[in-house]
Amino acid sequence: MIAILDYGSGNLRSAQRAFATTGHEVEITSDLDVALKADGLVVPGVGAFAACMDGINKISAAEVIRERTRAGKPTIGICIGMQILFSDGLEHGNHKGIGIWQGEVSQLDAPILPHMGWNTVEITGPTQLFKGIEKESFYFVHSYAAKKSVGTSQAWTTHGEKFLSAAEDGPLCATQFHPEKSGRAGLTLIANWSDRL
Amino acid sequence: MTLSVRIIACLDVTDGRVVKGVNFTDLVDAGDPVEMASLYGSEGVDELTFLDISASSAGRDTTLDVVRRTAEQVFIPLTVGGGIRSVEDVNQLLRAGADKVSINTAALKRPELISEIVDRFGSQVLVLSVDARRARTESGFEVTTHGGRESSGVDAIEWVEKACALGVGEILLNSMDADGTRAGYDIGMISAVRSVSKVPLIASGGAGALSDFAAALDAGADALLAASVFHFGIHRIGDVKSYLSAAGYSIRTLNNS
Repeated sequence: MIAILDYGSGNLRSAQRAFATTGHEVEITSDLDVALKADGLVVPGVGAFAACMDGINKISAAEVIRERTRAGKPTIGICIGMQILFSDGLEHGNHKGIGIWQGEVSQLDAPILPHMGWNTVEITGPTQLFKGIEKESFYFVHSYAAKKSVGTSQAWTTHGEKFLSAAEDGPLCATQFHPEKSGRAGLTLIANWSDRL
Repeated sequence: MTLSVRIIACLDVTDGRVVKGVNFTDLVDAGDPVEMASLYGSEGVDELTFLDISASSAGRDTTLDVVRRTAEQVFIPLTVGGGIRSVEDVNQLLRAGADKVSINTAALKRPELISEIVDRFGSQVLVLSVDARRARTESGFEVTTHGGRESSGVDAIEWVEKACALGVGEILLNSMDADGTRAGYDIGMISAVRSVSKVPLIASGGAGALSDFAAALDAGADALLAASVFHFGIHRIGDVKSYLSAAGYSIRTLNNS
């Protein structure tokens, strides 16, 4: 079973439908016990970094994500759900993230923001997530991003400057783009992720 | 690589059906929105926009159902506009499966609605739809309401600047002079809006020849929206993309994944 963590962050139906294409049962939940025990956990996120962290803190979900990572259970963060895995968010002030990954999430240095639309990725390291879709485009909507490398495999994208568009670090994965909105390429990425469950 | 130019198909929806008429009058039925959305998705459209032109609340409920059914089948971004007056209207559409909403008249009447939506859901969900035409305002462009039938008396460029300051995440600029004519986008209007905004700009209204799409990009548009040229099969999504790709623009191609 795949759990989608519901902590008050926007529309989760699209993510539910997209992850359900893998054939797994998908449950939207704010129950920490369900989130902890699920075969896979999806941490979505839209809006501002601080607002998302407030939502996470309100249901005390940070420890569940840490615990799953320690136990080797797969978790994937999407968009702001990726950003809050880092230690620091610089959107509207300086905010603490969950901090599994050390590093800052800062504004992109680009003439047009948000970075909105389809962009490609450049992979470094051995990837499972992007198997067969290394040359595809994915759908982004964000103004902030992490810019340093974390994990064993990384995807990099350029909008004004180069930023980290995905990372794989053992059981923990994250994408700055929205795989659930990235057409067939996105569904393939989701299937690649669910293969490990 | 860089960010691809987005090709957006717009479906005007009333009572669960797609319609598109020249200058918003003289409506012609052009199909089922969910089927069309799915078809455009498979053809490689980068985004979809539904514009709800239903007059009744029953029509709006039908639209919510159309949004729900579309979001279940089509895994690309979906924007819904038309008749949105409150934060609760936005909430309902996002919960039904929309990724973004576009607002127009309600924001003109009460600009604070922009900050209310942005505070609750973030800038990225909010598209400011500007129906503008050439007129004797300061910039030479004015904002219209009611599908171009009424003048708002507001200067289009001033309005865009104000809305950007209030936090809109994107601008959908629709030329009411060019809409439905297939005589080309209003290039001067696109340049004028580009020069005062740093958020993504979608050009709309007037797409006809393939070269029209390139001209709008050269004027500063980030995305290109069209309706009738797609609905009536004058151009397929792939035709526009092939043309732009050959002309050197970055576009998303569908590979075999």
